[in-house]
Parts: sequence; C-alpha cells; structure tokens
Amino acid sequence: MRCGDFRESYLEDEKIFQSTFVKVWLVILLVGLVTLPLFANDYVMYVANQIGFAVIAAVGLNLLTGCTGQISLGHAAFIGVGGYATAVLITRFGIPFWFALPLAGLISAGVGMVIGIPSLRVKGLYLCIATLAAQFILEYVFINWEGVTQGIRGINVPPPRIGSFVFATEKSFYYLTLVVVVAAVGFARNILRTKWGRAFVAIRDRDLAAEMMGIDLFRHKLIAFALSSFYAGVAGGLWVSFMKIVTPEHFPFSRSIEYLAMIIVGGLGSVLGSIFGAIFMVLVPELLNVATGSLKGFFPNLTQIFIPMKEVIFGFLIVGFLIFEPHGLAEIWHRIKNFFSLWPFSY
Amino acid sequence: MDILPQIIVSGLAAGGVYGLVALGFVLIYKATSILNLATGEFMTLGAFVCLTVMTQAHVPFSLAMVATLVFAALLGIVLERVLLRPLIGEPIISVIMVTIGLASILKGLTHIIWSPEHRAFPPIFPPEPLDLGFAIVPSGLLWGFISAMVCMFIFTAVFRYTRTGLAMRATASNQQAALSMGISVKGVFALSWSFAAITAAIGGVIIGNISGISIYLGNIGLKVLSVIILGGLDSIVGAILGGFIIGILENLAGVYLGSGTKEVVPFVILVIIIMIRPYGMFGKEIIERV
Repeated sequence: MRCGDFRESYLEDEKIFQSTFVKVWLVILLVGLVTLPLFANDYVMYVANQIGFAVIAAVGLNLLTGCTGQISLGHAAFIGVGGYATAVLITRFGIPFWFALPLAGLISAGVGMVIGIPSLRVKGLYLCIATLAAQFILEYVFINWEGVTQGIRGINVPPPRIGSFVFATEKSFYYLTLVVVVAAVGFARNILRTKWGRAFVAIRDRDLAAEMMGIDLFRHKLIAFALSSFYAGVAGGLWVSFMKIVTPEHFPFSRSIEYLAMIIVGGLGSVLGSIFGAIFMVLVPELLNVATGSLKGFFPNLTQIFIPMKEVIFGFLIVGFLIFEPHGLAEIWHRIKNFFSLWPFSY
Repeated sequence: MDILPQIIVSGLAAGGVYGLVALGFVLIYKATSILNLATGEFMTLGAFVCLTVMTQAHVPFSLAMVATLVFAALLGIVLERVLLRPLIGEPIISVIMVTIGLASILKGLTHIIWSPEHRAFPPIFPPEPLDLGFAIVPSGLLWGFISAMVCMFIFTAVFRYTRTGLAMRATASNQQAALSMGISVKGVFALSWSFAAITAAIGGVIIGNISGISIYLGNIGLKVLSVIILGGLDSIVGAILGGFIIGILENLAGVYLGSGTKEVVPFVILVIIIMIRPYGMFGKEIIERV
C-alpha cells in the first residue's frame, strides 16, 4: 500500500504524468471535453469557450508572475494587442486566421518585450507600476489610434474557416479553442521542466543567486515577458474571432486584475493552478449571473449591482486566498488528492 | 490675455491636490515599504462619507469633515489590523496584490452603496475666483490648493517635530532598532495607515469640491502613482514638488496635445522616469539593480 510520494531519480521527479492513474484520468477528461458539445447547449458552450480563453491567458500570466516573479498589471492590454493585431491582419491585410493568430501572438510578444525592458533596471514594485502605466497607455492607443483600431467603433472580425467550413457557432469554435488550450497548457508544462523554466523559478526565488549561477537575468526576464504576452496575444486573437468584434472597452484595467485574481486563486507558479483559477473565476460571475437572474423577482434592482458585486467578490477572493491559502486551489487539490491516495497511512 | 500663465496656475492648483494624495502613498511607503494601490478608493470613500453626512444628517461642513476624518482614521487602523498584519514578512508581490484586492472590494462597495451617478458637492468655499492679473484662479481650485497646502504643512510638521513623527521616522529607517528603543512598530504601522487614509479622504473631499464626485474619483489615485515615482517613493518633499510638476505638465498636454492626452500623459512620464531615474528626484538611491 502506498504511504507516501517517493521518487528515486530526477527523471521520475520531472515526469509530466506522474502515474498511470493520472494518465488514465487525463484520457477520460480529454474524451469528456471532446464529447462535451454533443450534450451541452449553446450557453454552456459559450461559457466553455470563455474558460478556454481565460485558461490560455492565465497560463501565460502565471509563467511571468507565478514562475518568474515579475508582477504584471497590464495583462488585459496585451490580450487587447493580440486581439487588435488579429483583427487588423485579417481585415486590412487579408491574412487568413491561421497565420494571423500566431502573428498576433508574436506582435503581442514584441510589445510585451518593450514593456519588459524596465525590468532590466528595476524590479518588484517599480516594475509593477511600469506595467500598470503600460495598461493605461495601451488603452489610450486602442481608443485614439483611429487609423488602425477604428477607435470606439471597433473592428468586425470574420470567423475563421477551413475551406468551406466556418467556425461560426459556439460548438465548432469550441474545438478550435480546445486544441489551442491543450497545446498552450502542454507547452507551459513542458517549458517549466527545461533549463529555461528552472531559470525562471530561480529568478523568482532569488535573483542575485540566480545571476551568480550564470543565469542571464535580463534575457530570461525578457523571454518570460515575451512568452506571457504571446499567450495573451493568442488568447486575445481567439477571443475577438469568437466575439466577431473588437472594441477598446473589452480590455480595461479591471480585467488585468481579474487575471491576477485567477492565478492567485488557482495557485501562483502552477500550470494546474492557472487552469483551476481560470475555470473558477469564469464560473463565479456566471453563477452570480444565474443567481441574480433567479432572484430578480424578489429584488428588482439586483441586476444593477451585478458588476460591483463581482468586483467585491473578486476582491475578497484575492485577499482571502493570499492570507489563508497562498498556494491556491492547486494546493487544496493536492491535499485532497494526497489524502485519498495515501489513506490510511499518510506519512 | 496669454493662455500659458493660466494653464500653469491651474496646473499648480491641481498639483497641490495630487501632492496631498501622494503624501498618503509616501507615508505608508516610508513606514511599511508597502505601496497602497487602494489609495484612490480611500479618496472616493472619504468624499462620499463626507457628502452623505452633510446631506443626510444636515450638519455643517466642518462637523461632517471631522466625522470623515474619524471614519478614515478608523478605516486605516482596521484595514492594517485585518489585512496587512497577517502578511508581515510575506513577499512584496503578495502585499501589493492584497491592496489591489482591497481596491476592488472598496470600489464595488462604494458602487453598491452610492450608485454610480455623478453628484455635485454643496458649495463650502466662497465662490469668488481670485484674479492674479495674469491669470484667474477658479474658487474651487484656489481653496483646494490652500487646504491641500495647509494639510501638507501639518503632516510634514507632525512627521518632523513630534514624538509620534519621530517614532514613525525611526521605524522607517530601521524596524529592529526602533523596536529595541521601545517604539511599538505595530502601532506605527496602524498610525501610518490611518494617516494615509486621512490624507486620501481630504484629497477626495477637495477634488469632490472642484469637480463633483462619482465612484470613478478613485482613478486619480492611480494617476498619482506618477507623482510619487517622479518625486521619489520615500520623499515627502518629492511628493509635493512632483504633484506640482505633474499637475502643470498634465494641463499643458491637455491644452496643446488635445484634451484626451490629459489622462495618459502622467503614465508616459512615469514610464520615462522609471527607465532613466527610477528613484525619482529625491528618493533614496537604494534600488536594487539586477
């Protein structure tokens, strides 16, 4: 009987799938995800798509903030850069979606690297303020660079297509989202066990020590910024193609905080945590929506306070998790899993 | 009449208020090394509490202001006790994120309690504008500037010449040494949070007087970040001077580059300063470079 989690070599420690048990359940999960559209309605599929975009963006932010320790308050703006880049590439230059999406990711990564340059000189608090400034400056650009972004009117984006098949419905788009999510999560999980991923974690834990061990801090921080913005850009591109329109008010400062909340609630520095956090933070407002909808009969002005309610709940989640469970949902999951797998001899 | 002096005078007046709010940031940073990103929400809350006490309880402004200050002081102490104390010794990243969460909570709560519509503040200052000859200062800005200056003067004096101020400065320079000299470091933390909440509330009331209040008043709190970065995070003089500079530059940009730029210029300045001189004009040059 198992009474602990023992590993005898580094190879074993670095395995992505720790046991056959995990592999079996992952396959079952994947089958469940693929067959989900068969028995879910359009609303559920809409939410599933939103979760997918959030997972991609949150995994990206977690690589930067959770793993490398560089706090970013401008993630929504990078998602916006990706969204606008996709829209402009498709409508202005006639580039098909399949090339526009990775290109948008690269453009977003480029912008992210520019914002990341201050991280060469300053860290912690100052960097966090610099990304906050980037958020507001980019928002201003979205609204006022009329020639490219068409200001507050926004750009209409045609849905992606293969040949004559158009990804126009929630269900068909879901498969596209699913493929990108699996690729994004798989890549993030893998990069964390390479030289680069370990360098990220080393920088987070103690940057001076990391530099002493020969890690080029500036290079790795910039790479982390680029990676994180690439993820954001891809999430943004997918999102605008799904919504079929991109307008500036979709990328406000409050959304950047939502993404931060996702990775805090999920678990800083954990890929699994970003997934949990994204699911949780997308579902909470939706449930709140359902709740306000059903209670509308009793309290008619409940819908007015829906948005502030969301802000209050998100705030409490951020504060509560930071104080009581700093490792987030991933840690809770880990504890529950260990309790059952090691029961009754947990040492 | 030339427009330039007018712009500069208005900028100076607005900058006075920025300086006062910036003082709130600096006080907390000096004592606890925390950047309080919820300062803007403290402002909104202070302004709304003052307005509500005035209109609901029908008391004169002076009494309402006292009530607001008491409220702000209690708010600061409670928040420090409940949110910040459990996080002493945690990485700075967590503490900043807690203040972000706090900002989100306060913003949502003000939205729920006082719906989002814009309200005018009942006039509390004499309405005559001041004619300087080369420029005219509107009454709201003038009195706002004067009260901001008076508050700054008081806070600076307290910080410099009283025993409490000495305790705060001692804690800021070395917590362990301060503890061994019998200073209650926790008390100083609570005190600086309530000081910061008070300055923010006064700033909120002044701005509410100039341009009316809404739940979006707090956005100024983020703009003030550029003031403290420019002045140096731990410098009171820097906060005051930085306030003036940002106020003037913002007004200049608003007139010569288009009114929309007023909101974004402070952030552009912020990025430039962070790139070339992150410790600002008067900050201590102890930034760890990596």
